[in-house]
Amino acid sequence: MSAEFEPKILAFVCNWCTYAGADLTGTSRIKYASNVKIIRFPCTGRIDFMLLLKAFAGGSDGVIVSGCHPNDCHYTSGNFHARRRWMLFRGLLDFLGIDVRRIRFSWVSAAEGAKWAEVVNQTVADVRALGPYSEYQKAAEFVAGNEDVLLKEQEVAQ
Amino acid sequence: MNALRSTVKELLGSGAIDVFVGYEKGTRLPRPLLAASADEADKLIFDETCTGNLAVYLTRKDLVGGKKAGVAASWYAMRSICRLLDENQLQEGAVKVFGLTPEGDLKPFDTLADLKQHVQETPPPPKPVEDEWVREIDAMPAAERWKFWTGELSKCFKCYACRAACPMCYCTKCIVEVNRPQWLQPWAATMSNVEWQLNRVMHMAGRCADCGACGAACPLGLPVHIIAHKMAKLVAQSFGEPTDKGSVLSTFNPNDEENFIL
Amino acid sequence: MEQKYIPKSSLKAWLAKVKDGGKQIYAPVTEGGKTSFRRVKSVDDISMEHVQTAQSAKGVAFPRTEKLFSYAMQPGGVALQDYDSANIPHTVVFGLHPCDAAAFKPLSGIFGWDTGDKPFGERMQRVTLVSLSCSKCDELCFCTSVDGSPGSAVGSDILLTAVGSEGYLVEIVTDRGRALTEPHAALFEAAPDVNKEELLAHVPVRFSVGAVERSLAGAFESDVWKQQSARCLGCGACAFVCPACACFDIQENPKGSASGDRIRCWDSCGFSLFTLHTSGHNPRSVQSQRWRQRLLHKFSYMPRRLSVRGCTGCGRCSRACPVDMNLWEHLSELENLKN
Repeated sequence: MSAEFEPKILAFVCNWCTYAGADLTGTSRIKYASNVKIIRFPCTGRIDFMLLLKAFAGGSDGVIVSGCHPNDCHYTSGNFHARRRWMLFRGLLDFLGIDVRRIRFSWVSAAEGAKWAEVVNQTVADVRALGPYSEYQKAAEFVAGNEDVLLKEQEVAQ
Repeated sequence: MNALRSTVKELLGSGAIDVFVGYEKGTRLPRPLLAASADEADKLIFDETCTGNLAVYLTRKDLVGGKKAGVAASWYAMRSICRLLDENQLQEGAVKVFGLTPEGDLKPFDTLADLKQHVQETPPPPKPVEDEWVREIDAMPAAERWKFWTGELSKCFKCYACRAACPMCYCTKCIVEVNRPQWLQPWAATMSNVEWQLNRVMHMAGRCADCGACGAACPLGLPVHIIAHKMAKLVAQSFGEPTDKGSVLSTFNPNDEENFIL
Repeated sequence: MEQKYIPKSSLKAWLAKVKDGGKQIYAPVTEGGKTSFRRVKSVDDISMEHVQTAQSAKGVAFPRTEKLFSYAMQPGGVALQDYDSANIPHTVVFGLHPCDAAAFKPLSGIFGWDTGDKPFGERMQRVTLVSLSCSKCDELCFCTSVDGSPGSAVGSDILLTAVGSEGYLVEIVTDRGRALTEPHAALFEAAPDVNKEELLAHVPVRFSVGAVERSLAGAFESDVWKQQSARCLGCGACAFVCPACACFDIQENPKGSASGDRIRCWDSCGFSLFTLHTSGHNPRSVQSQRWRQRLLHKFSYMPRRLSVRGCTGCGRCSRACPVDMNLWEHLSELENLKN
């Protein structure tokens, strides 16, 4: 199966719940897909929407955003703010045709080691089925001055 | 027209205002005029063709900083002014707003409370063209939407007219001008153009008056106001119409409902 | 100047041959009501009817974004990959108006001043300008006020002028133009006996440019800048659509910490950040100073330093401006300025 596409997944998680949850997954010796790279944030409220776009531009095929369940935020309301932001951002991305199926949002508490494994496995399986996010990467790679790309862009759409 | 001119002259003469932000006859469409003298006031016009959002000038410190200003406002400009007030960008007493009645007569607002009430009670002028754009784009498959928007936005050359024309874009240092970290590549290229519009519209979420000034300003005629219009719809669907109790992204409701978080 | 005639039917055949000869054709194309310069696959796509494209043709020699060089850190130093001119295509810009062709002069003046600019120079060497005289104009055109004309051949390699609806008068201005027509001589006919002036649009003279320039000499401290620029929003639309504006920014596109590209992209003197110093001081802190800079640069500094004016009267800035900063109107106001 060496030819099978292995998606690159970046996970933005909060320090207090999901990061600890992922830790528990490990200490519980639950096996899960190794495609994910975890980046720890103080809170989901800190996860700027641009980070998701940067992840895609940098070669991620999928993204996970995860933090404390509602009412469990270490800072009381960071996840409530984040939830509002994702509600609008997700709708906006969808309107622009960016593939929102590649972004998985979840609440994973420090006690939910098994849920984390499930979220990751599910995301990896889904993104694997979708294939590499090459449309986005191609658009993001554009550095004009690259003659071919420049000319293509100037070309009349047929 | 004459009612406006004489009113403005009176206000300027009595010192009630220092400058009036209004419209004068332009080459093709009416254009903004900042009138500070009786001579300039004589050039003012105000009718249903005056659609540009003049609220954008009210936060320009080099023009109206420390001054009392009068302003001719369309309904959408009035909504912008209300939002600027909520965000403490304007001071009660420093702005005097004039609208038009449906009959085309001058309608002064004595207090800003009156203005707010008017904006709340009057339904927004319909936007059938913009609504149709959103409907059409929503109906496209995602891949086609992506093709459409990257096609349109790849043409953008980043003159930032959309930003300059927006009354809510009053930051003295915009995110595109920040380089530690450099969120957005400052040159024109497809992806950084898309990212710029995403940022612009996200920063306007629930603050945008949906006046369409961004799209009207685009020298290349790119439909960037449609993205803002879609955002206004998303905000209304998700959280109801914005209120003066804080902007939607700086407030929350524990009962906000979504259907995509596991 | 050599004159010929080409029937409309042969024009497309000629362009198709030029294209097949390995040159790309960059020409105005109308899509969705907007006309812009694009690389065309088929000569049928070319628009000949528009008054003016939204953007000028300057991108052919001065692209909005361009890679100048790449670098990569290596053990013991940095490996540089210099600007690569090998891939620059030979391009025929077709159907640009005389105001656009003339604007390559001020651009060359700026990029050729002192140390020549390699990317611009390399691109210009591969460009042939086949212009089309204007048979239509609008209320914002003012080429005739800045020593141009709707039928001026200045800057063009070849100038076409529509004779009726059936063909074009062909004026072959330069050797580069001749190289484009000579191999296809059979497509061309003898020039008809026509008065070219009668075939052109009538662009009224809006102001005396001599008087404006004399007036500007003492206008630096005038209040007129504040008054004219009051409604200016400070965007870069005018500069970006201008065929003669050449301001650029240099940016870095790092790929990780060990390699990257150096990028040049368009910039505008109308932006508040354009002159912002690292110290925080901004010598042009308000919009009126930036507006003054824009006009003085085009009508005073460039004529003095480069012997060429930075404006060819295409009127694009006025069409693009969200708040109708009508350039010829402002210039006529300056003409009568009492210092």
